[in-house]
Amino acid sequence: MSAVTHGVADPVRFHLAEEPHHPDGGSTMLGFWIYLMSDCLIFAILFASYGVIGGNYAAGPAPKDLFELPLVAVNTSFLLLSSITYGFAMLEMARNRQGATLAWLAVTGLFGLGFLSIELYEFAHLIAEGATPQRSGFLSAFFTLVGTHGLHVTFGTIWLVTLMVQVSRHGLIEANRRRLMCLSMFWHFLDVIWIGVFTFVYLLGVLR
Amino acid sequence: MKRLRLALTAILLAPLAGCNMVVLNPSGDVAMQQRDLVLISTGLMLLVILPVMALTVLFAWRYRQSNTQATYDPDWDHSTKLELVIWAVPLLIIIALGAFTWMGTHLLDPYRPIGRVASGKPVAADHSPLEVDVVALDWKWLFILPEYGIATVNELAAPVDRPLRFRITSSSVMNSFYIPALAGQIYAMPGMETKLHAVINEPGDFVGFSAQYSGHGFSKMRFRFHGLDQAGFDQWVNEVKQADGMLDRATYLKLEQPSEGDPVRHFSGVDPELFDAVVNMCPEPGKMCMGEMMAIDAKGGLGLEGIRNTLPLTYDKYARRGSVLGPEPRMVAGICSRAEAIASADRKDPPLRDASTPLIGHGLPRPFADPPSTAMTLSSATPLDLDAL
Amino acid sequence: MTEPSIPISPIFGRLTLAALPLHEPILVVTFIAVALGGAAVVGALTYFRLWGYLWREWFTSVDHKKIGIMYMVLGLVMLLRGFSDALMMRLQQAIAFGGSDGYLPAHHYDQVFTAHGVIMIFFVAMPFVTGLMNYVVPLQIGARDVSFPFLNNFSFWMTTAGAIIVMMSLFIGEFAQTGWLAFPPLSGLGASPYVGVDYYIWALQVAGVGTTLSGINLVCTIIKMRAPGMSLMKMPVFTWTSLCTNILIVASFPVLTAVLALLGLDRYVGTNFFTNDFGGNPMMYVNLIWIWGHPEVYILILPLFGVFSEVTATFSGKKLFGYTSMVYATVVITILSYLVWLHHFFTMGSGASVNSFFGITTMIISIPTGAKIFNWLFTMYRGRIRFELPMMWTVAFMLTFVIGGMTGVLLAVPPADFVLHNSLFLIAHFHNVIIGGVLFGLFAAIAYWWPKAFGFKLDPFWGHVSFWCWVVGFWFAFAPLYVLGLMGVTRRMRVFDDPSLQIWFVIAAFGAVLIACGIAAFLIQIAVSILRRDSLRDETGDPWGGRTLEWATSSPPPDYNFAFTPVIHDNDAWADMKKRGYERPLTGFRPIHMPANTGTGVILSGLSIGLAFGLIWYIWWLAGLSFLGILAVSIAHTFNYHRDFHIPADEVSRTEAERTARLAAGVPA
Repeated sequence: MSAVTHGVADPVRFHLAEEPHHPDGGSTMLGFWIYLMSDCLIFAILFASYGVIGGNYAAGPAPKDLFELPLVAVNTSFLLLSSITYGFAMLEMARNRQGATLAWLAVTGLFGLGFLSIELYEFAHLIAEGATPQRSGFLSAFFTLVGTHGLHVTFGTIWLVTLMVQVSRHGLIEANRRRLMCLSMFWHFLDVIWIGVFTFVYLLGVLR
Repeated sequence: MKRLRLALTAILLAPLAGCNMVVLNPSGDVAMQQRDLVLISTGLMLLVILPVMALTVLFAWRYRQSNTQATYDPDWDHSTKLELVIWAVPLLIIIALGAFTWMGTHLLDPYRPIGRVASGKPVAADHSPLEVDVVALDWKWLFILPEYGIATVNELAAPVDRPLRFRITSSSVMNSFYIPALAGQIYAMPGMETKLHAVINEPGDFVGFSAQYSGHGFSKMRFRFHGLDQAGFDQWVNEVKQADGMLDRATYLKLEQPSEGDPVRHFSGVDPELFDAVVNMCPEPGKMCMGEMMAIDAKGGLGLEGIRNTLPLTYDKYARRGSVLGPEPRMVAGICSRAEAIASADRKDPPLRDASTPLIGHGLPRPFADPPSTAMTLSSATPLDLDAL
Repeated sequence: MTEPSIPISPIFGRLTLAALPLHEPILVVTFIAVALGGAAVVGALTYFRLWGYLWREWFTSVDHKKIGIMYMVLGLVMLLRGFSDALMMRLQQAIAFGGSDGYLPAHHYDQVFTAHGVIMIFFVAMPFVTGLMNYVVPLQIGARDVSFPFLNNFSFWMTTAGAIIVMMSLFIGEFAQTGWLAFPPLSGLGASPYVGVDYYIWALQVAGVGTTLSGINLVCTIIKMRAPGMSLMKMPVFTWTSLCTNILIVASFPVLTAVLALLGLDRYVGTNFFTNDFGGNPMMYVNLIWIWGHPEVYILILPLFGVFSEVTATFSGKKLFGYTSMVYATVVITILSYLVWLHHFFTMGSGASVNSFFGITTMIISIPTGAKIFNWLFTMYRGRIRFELPMMWTVAFMLTFVIGGMTGVLLAVPPADFVLHNSLFLIAHFHNVIIGGVLFGLFAAIAYWWPKAFGFKLDPFWGHVSFWCWVVGFWFAFAPLYVLGLMGVTRRMRVFDDPSLQIWFVIAAFGAVLIACGIAAFLIQIAVSILRRDSLRDETGDPWGGRTLEWATSSPPPDYNFAFTPVIHDNDAWADMKKRGYERPLTGFRPIHMPANTGTGVILSGLSIGLAFGLIWYIWWLAGLSFLGILAVSIAHTFNYHRDFHIPADEVSRTEAERTARLAAGVPA
């Protein structure tokens, strides 16, 4: 009924008789990926700003006067480890083990909180010293870049908790798996950004 | 379409009609060359624009539905030859225009000293350009002629056929310095110095203004620019010198306050360091100059000791509040004045400050207030070449 | 203006009664008019009990077609606001001569030109373009909806929230007095301490969220939801240009978000990104904002290039000439649009080599653009051109746009830019491309797709009146500005000394009045068409002899767009189907899976207005509560797992049977 004969043979179909099975949320991964790239662009601008005015100390302190690499190293390892534990959570999800998935997610969240605590401690310490975001262009760019990353981690943690509640309520259903995949991409993305921050801001700052 | 062509012709022919199109009929050699480039580019582009417009009208008319005589070829949608032409023609024109652009942009770079005062009249080898220092204030123009030690507000004169060298800055927000009869514009930006080289070829009374919106008084931020012969110019300089009033920093700080529609003002004398101080945003007493700050920053800043080297901003042209979530506005305190730095660099005795004596802003002596012997300088291990700034 | 420090109250922040512009008679009268009009609308909606209908069928709808129409309504409403600003400016400039201060004080005039620019770009052109893409793209690719229907609704409401924030500034406080891009230091706290710039920042941030998400949504839709058989090179040109536009949105709006966030930090926290002191750098702002700003220009024009391609091919009764080169031209423009931003400020003194580089890249963009013009030209060649309204707009566009393009390339020559930068010549140039390109294109698109959206054509008589008023009015309004630019008159001036300029401003004001007539005629055209809809009715779904898939379904299309997912064999899919004797299927319908409506978008957008208002006026409790509200509602929304439903096969059968009956009644052949 849907086939119309064109010329002699060759039936040409102009529509599908059955509904094509579009998997629910088939575009979600692509959409979230594009969102991440747009977020990446925001970080690109913050990095660029840091690159432009990161050397303007306004006759104040420079990175080497302020940064404490051991602390940042601990911080970095927290975040890197949280990525690994998130990976474990995803492996458990693939094995369809809800309890283990939740446990690894909890560990990830704790690492995230640890990271945030150290970052807040660092910020508080800097501000107490007088190295406030208002003191110089360098400090403005530093606080904004690192703070924006921290804000992302904060939202990621809130999201993580939300997802843990949803997984414990509804189990590892298709929708929740998709959401866990998205958060996974988000979390690893933040890790990648942090590697940039660590290298570009902290390491190069202290070496400079 | 008719109207369109009329409008086009109007644009191109209006100068002939005697309308005062200063951009197409300027009085300075630089503006004249820029005008030429405008005309050449327009002409080049019309080579393709006019045929396109004509073809549009022609095709629209010829292939109208009611004209059943015209060929109708509904499946014709590709022709490699035609495609080559429609990509190649604009490309060729852009190549030609690009060549003009490259040359014109370099030749007419406002930073480049001019090589001729008019077509066929190269500048003399031993000439010295007239330097004019321009400060865009809220909302008026300050001109300093260092050669004569005079300053004016909202009025400028220049001798014809003598190359001019403008150094341009602004006190608070972005402006654009533009005398259409003389040469193209260039931004005036706070804390920056832009340059413009030009020459005026015809005597006359021209207008100059800011071409970048800069706030409430912007519309009236205009000045007269006089092109004068040498005698007239000398007379004008003498007139300015007759005025009483010296433009020192205190006067400048008053002048800098926002005001609209200011009358012309003359100053018979001017602080020779004023313009540099304005460019470096430190005409206020006690404020660190940008150049100094940048030199310190290039050496890695002043460390933790420098953190509190700021003072509350008591003077501000806007009586500004601090940001709602941040502290009151402050400024970085100056470490020492230029003269002090030079003097201390000559001295052989050890520097007053070393790593063991923390530098605390509030405790620092103020520049201009203390004799050089108590001035703080940086460690001699990292001498500041302030003259090079 | 120096504002005295206003004490910040814990309840009202810095909002006091003095913030109401009671001393500005123009604003008071406007406010009364808006209040009366608003009351009338609210009263009528209540009287006719339409609130429930609006809420269920429109506000909470996730149907891309309804959202598209709501975008268009938003654009139209804001066009009226933005155009009133334009009229006020034209009047001021026409009378402020010879010592007269005109009728607008600087404080008001400076807000007017800032608001005009902001509104026309962000809240007129953007909603129009987004609405158009929303409506047409899923139909053209044979999809049932966009990839993320809820996000689509949310994007629309965020854009609306931005528009509402701008409109609030009219009656509470003030808008920015900085020009539409708010360059610091002028937009910094020192020179602009009051709420104007804060309104600007938050309106754009809120709307920017909507725009970015809608960009992501449409990119995904085009990449993932195309009907079987529609390879990339079989997509209709409008879909292609939409794809490129949305890629540009996704790759440029985050820059705007970031740069406005930094400006906001400077203003709220006292950081030093764009300050003069403490190592800030205002030039960085100018660069960053134009890195967004130039692609934005192409975001606006590219979809309309697509519209012109569809219209020219349809009304010439021909395949589009040079489809492939059209697509490549679009892609080249997309890429090059990121390499030209510096041409907006050659006069900053970047040096000759940098300036020439950006000048020449700008010129290179004119090559693909020129190729497009030639392609339309040769589509007309050997066609049978029906001069219906959309085609008239297209020819007017071709004749107008080439002039704008020419002056644009002229401004890309740095030494020429030095004498014309910021002059009225520049104003004339960009209105020449934005009105002559974007607006003419929108009118073409509205006339073209109106029958698809509503099932009847637009009245041609009032359409012709509107067309001629617009085209003639445009040249009267902007040709004088070219002349004035060559006379060295700069933009954003409030008063003038030179009386010889006045005549040109009077002519321009006359042109603006003609355009006002054009807008009025357009509104009358819509009203008349609705009244006479029965005689303008089109039952076929294909009133123009269309070529692309959207004309295959009924007008207006059913909720599900297509009863069966179409299969595509040619880039003019519908023309191909017609040619090969396609017959509409009448049986075998299946239940159709559709997304369900939700009110979350409306609620989130309302909370965003609260957040923005609280931040603008330093009402911290309001901002805090709104923020927590946004967080809570967003999280709660994710707990809803039932976001879809099925349209039963019976209902599909019924809808399709009705169409069969209408087709039989309407078409004799």
